[in-house]
Amino acid sequence: MHELSIAESVVTIASRQADGRRVTKVQMKVGYLRQVVPSALAFGFGLLAEGTPVEGAELEMEQVPAEGRCRGCGVESRLVSVPLRCEDCGGFDLEILKGEELMVESLELEEA
Amino acid sequence: MHRTAVKKVVLENVLDANDTLARANRDVFDRAGTYTINMMSSPGAGKTALLERTLEQLRGRLRLGVLEGDVQTTLDADRLARFHIPLVQVNTDPGFGGECHLDANMVRSGLSELPLDDIDILVIENVGNLVCPAEFRVGEDVRVMVYSVTEGEEKPLKYPLMFRSADLVLVNKVDLLEHLDFDLERFLGNLDAVNPGVGRVLTSARTGKGVNEWCEWLGQRLERV
Repeated sequence: MHELSIAESVVTIASRQADGRRVTKVQMKVGYLRQVVPSALAFGFGLLAEGTPVEGAELEMEQVPAEGRCRGCGVESRLVSVPLRCEDCGGFDLEILKGEELMVESLELEEA
Repeated sequence: MHRTAVKKVVLENVLDANDTLARANRDVFDRAGTYTINMMSSPGAGKTALLERTLEQLRGRLRLGVLEGDVQTTLDADRLARFHIPLVQVNTDPGFGGECHLDANMVRSGLSELPLDDIDILVIENVGNLVCPAEFRVGEDVRVMVYSVTEGEEKPLKYPLMFRSADLVLVNKVDLLEHLDFDLERFLGNLDAVNPGVGRVLTSARTGKGVNEWCEWLGQRLERV
């Protein structure tokens, strides 16, 4: 249940970036390759936001699909399931280009 | 009154705070000349038992220290006390609900109790868990995973993040192979599918098999530093 640690960090970032205003929405990007359970993160977020400027804010998580470049044939492809493999040649040796994101992308703040 | 919302772009990595602390830990280790291993596995894979074998093997050759991470109890630290090495137990229980992993800050909290200048290799024995520890860097030089053959062949596919981030996999409890249906080749195939070519050593903490090879791997890593 490391989602609680992650939720704590999200609340900390959002509170600091809020500049004293109320946060109504937090938009996150969560890569497909992160082992984050959205419902667990949302639950932790709601709990930890209490008493902060983020209290009551909506948490919006956009999942980012995984993409990689094959070190064998050089082709870039979408990595849709585990084990991750090149769509073209089936190789497993990949440089990950996308899908490891865990980022607070933007906030919606109440106008001062 | 209806208030309008304004959007603020933030673009901040959620794990930045942890990674910053992990880098600070790494600086501390580097200054002290301490090589650091983050040892991870599911509960019961044999981390502590392998550590005991490792300590026996390296006694008198390298100075080891151990940072034990557990949700509760000092049982593991008690087991290692007979080696009279620098040892600190970090219980993650004070974390929210008892954290399931060590993070950089928890490791930092244990460092003041370790004489790093007198430690060549610090083993950080993480909380037994195949998921959460993989997400948190703690300042380690390498990640060593212990995997026991009683856990089945498919775990690399089910828990890819930890297997992908490992620098070495110790395949433990191989003394049990003859009693199990475990297909070693299939497991290694799955391992190579998520982490192609990752180093692996077959070990048995019970019989001592592979401990030599594992310690040699460690010695080679240390020479490169």
